[in-house]
Amino acid sequence: MSRQLPMVAAINEALHVALASDPTVIVLGEDVAGGGGRQDQGIEEAWGGIMGATKGLIKAFGAERVRDTPISEMGFLGAAVGAALTGLRPVAELMFIDFIGVSLDPLLNQAAKLRYMFGGKAKVPLTVRTSTGAGLRSAAQHSQSLYNITTSIPGLKTVIPSNPADAKGLLLAAIRDDDPVVFCEPKSLMFKKGEVPEGDYMVPLGKAALAREGGDVSLVAFGAMVDVALAAAAALAEEGVSAEVLDLRSLQPLDEAAILATLAKTGKVVVVDEAPPRCGIASDVAALCVDAGFDSLNGPVRRVTAPHTPVPFSAVLEDAYRPTAARVAETVRGMLG
Amino acid sequence: MTLSTEQLMDCYRRMRRIRTFEEKLAELVGSGRLAGFLHLYAGEEAVAVGVCEHLGGRDYVASTHRGHGHAIAKGVDVAGMMAELFGRATGTCKGKGGSMHIADLDKGMLGANGIVGAGIPLATGAALSAQVRKTGGVAVAFFGDGASNQGQFHEALNLAAVWKLPALFVVENNGYGEATPMEFVTPVRDIAVRATSYGIPGVIADGMDFFDVYAKAGEAIDRARRGDGPTLLECKTYRYFGHYVGDPLTYRTKEEAEAWREKDAIRHFEERTVRDGVMEPGNLRRIDAEVAAEVEAAVTAAEQAPLPSAESVLTDVYASETRR
Repeated sequence: MSRQLPMVAAINEALHVALASDPTVIVLGEDVAGGGGRQDQGIEEAWGGIMGATKGLIKAFGAERVRDTPISEMGFLGAAVGAALTGLRPVAELMFIDFIGVSLDPLLNQAAKLRYMFGGKAKVPLTVRTSTGAGLRSAAQHSQSLYNITTSIPGLKTVIPSNPADAKGLLLAAIRDDDPVVFCEPKSLMFKKGEVPEGDYMVPLGKAALAREGGDVSLVAFGAMVDVALAAAAALAEEGVSAEVLDLRSLQPLDEAAILATLAKTGKVVVVDEAPPRCGIASDVAALCVDAGFDSLNGPVRRVTAPHTPVPFSAVLEDAYRPTAARVAETVRGMLG
Repeated sequence: MTLSTEQLMDCYRRMRRIRTFEEKLAELVGSGRLAGFLHLYAGEEAVAVGVCEHLGGRDYVASTHRGHGHAIAKGVDVAGMMAELFGRATGTCKGKGGSMHIADLDKGMLGANGIVGAGIPLATGAALSAQVRKTGGVAVAFFGDGASNQGQFHEALNLAAVWKLPALFVVENNGYGEATPMEFVTPVRDIAVRATSYGIPGVIADGMDFFDVYAKAGEAIDRARRGDGPTLLECKTYRYFGHYVGDPLTYRTKEEAEAWREKDAIRHFEERTVRDGVMEPGNLRRIDAEVAAEVEAAVTAAEQAPLPSAESVLTDVYASETRR
């Protein structure tokens, strides 16, 4: 009997495994204990993170290793970089990736560059967990998909799971990696259940996964857009169109071979990204297809993305903003003409 | 805390090494033998050495764009530093860092830093690391008066204070942030008062007096090692060469610079220790000569050292080498 868990529980399991298996792992961020650790007042644990992803950690591992921080992202991310440089393996939580606006320097100019600037004589085994994406009616400052920023910075790695099993395995791999990794948690998937293996396992960084096999068109997606692509593929199947869905899982390193392989198979690529179109992952993947896969292309590469606007609040507006399976399917129909 | 003659000799040697190194760099840039954008530490030697004399192998320092002095005080090899400044493969950072990124993790030197204020949270994190790993180590952040207006300063002090981290925050108040006088941009005269907001001690030292810095840093570091939390130590000092080599120094008067040179830390160290009979001028001159020879040899070696291969631009980005 397979276990069905929501992504938030899979992440929680990964953190338990990581903390239990390595004494240098610490967890820090806003509300990660959330006021727990006050046994004298009968409060052993409390929030355990805004989504509950860190629930129970303080009870299991203590306040020294599970730390509530001030609402001070630049300060605690900077400290996490310093701790990573000196023997710890911190897992810092940037509650929403939108907050990168007040805390980018530790990632941009420190974590990403220290190893290089120091001639390879340092490692920064830092993991930054951060929630990304729209869908929770959280509006413009709590819904962005800014993984294109971290992906664009040499020295950082950026990963984004599309299902609970990958979330657990990718997070464990990220924590145990010797480079700084930004681990994106698509917030619209946090409470969606999926099968999650027991125990300790890792999903390697830089390896895409085929989410559905097909022969007529390739849908390249990641994070919350994998479900969108799968739904589009299901709709297209009813029309006799066989769509393959590639889940990137890792944006940097990027599994170029897997992208080019599916392109070679179908000759047609649609990239689905819930971020705006400019300077984004969809454009990057499209450029790769044209640069390195031109001879396999049998038509233009299409991108299905959000518009070049902030994320709106009202449900009708937010639903219009996010790519949908209908838009993806319509795009494919247009390509197959 | 009394220093043995041997320790005093060593402190003098490191201060002299910093001064000679920096003066040599000014000369090399002036004569066109060395290119680059250098911020010299000369004038502030008593601060780096007075603090680092309390530190050992388990302790860390995080530095600034004006970082050569901290690196030398923490024991980083000057030949490697010189080679780095010449962009050589034999440099401390294999030619990838340059002046503003000299680091040596083996020596607990977490790097000079090109971003004003960015070393402060790094040291805070190193202190967190020492606390969690229970090494007994402390971490020192050196930074300037300008950095104390950065958010990173305030966020890091708050964090270090609330977690009682074994950290020391040393502000080297040299009166200027680049060309702008401190009073134009900072509404308090003493940066040490900012400690009050974080419930930690704020202490002022004469940054031109090695013994004052040594004593006050010692108290703060003992406090940090005891688990009583961080201290903000403000050292009033002066940068002889201005912001960078080539600075036209149009923003300060000659009289001001001369008045600070009158308080020169190295000369005062010598006068005091000779007067007290713990040092002999002959020994100090011998050290001067040894240091001069050492720096000269570093320059010769650096000029003759191999350049990095162009291919090495691609390496050292990731611990697990990954192409893209």
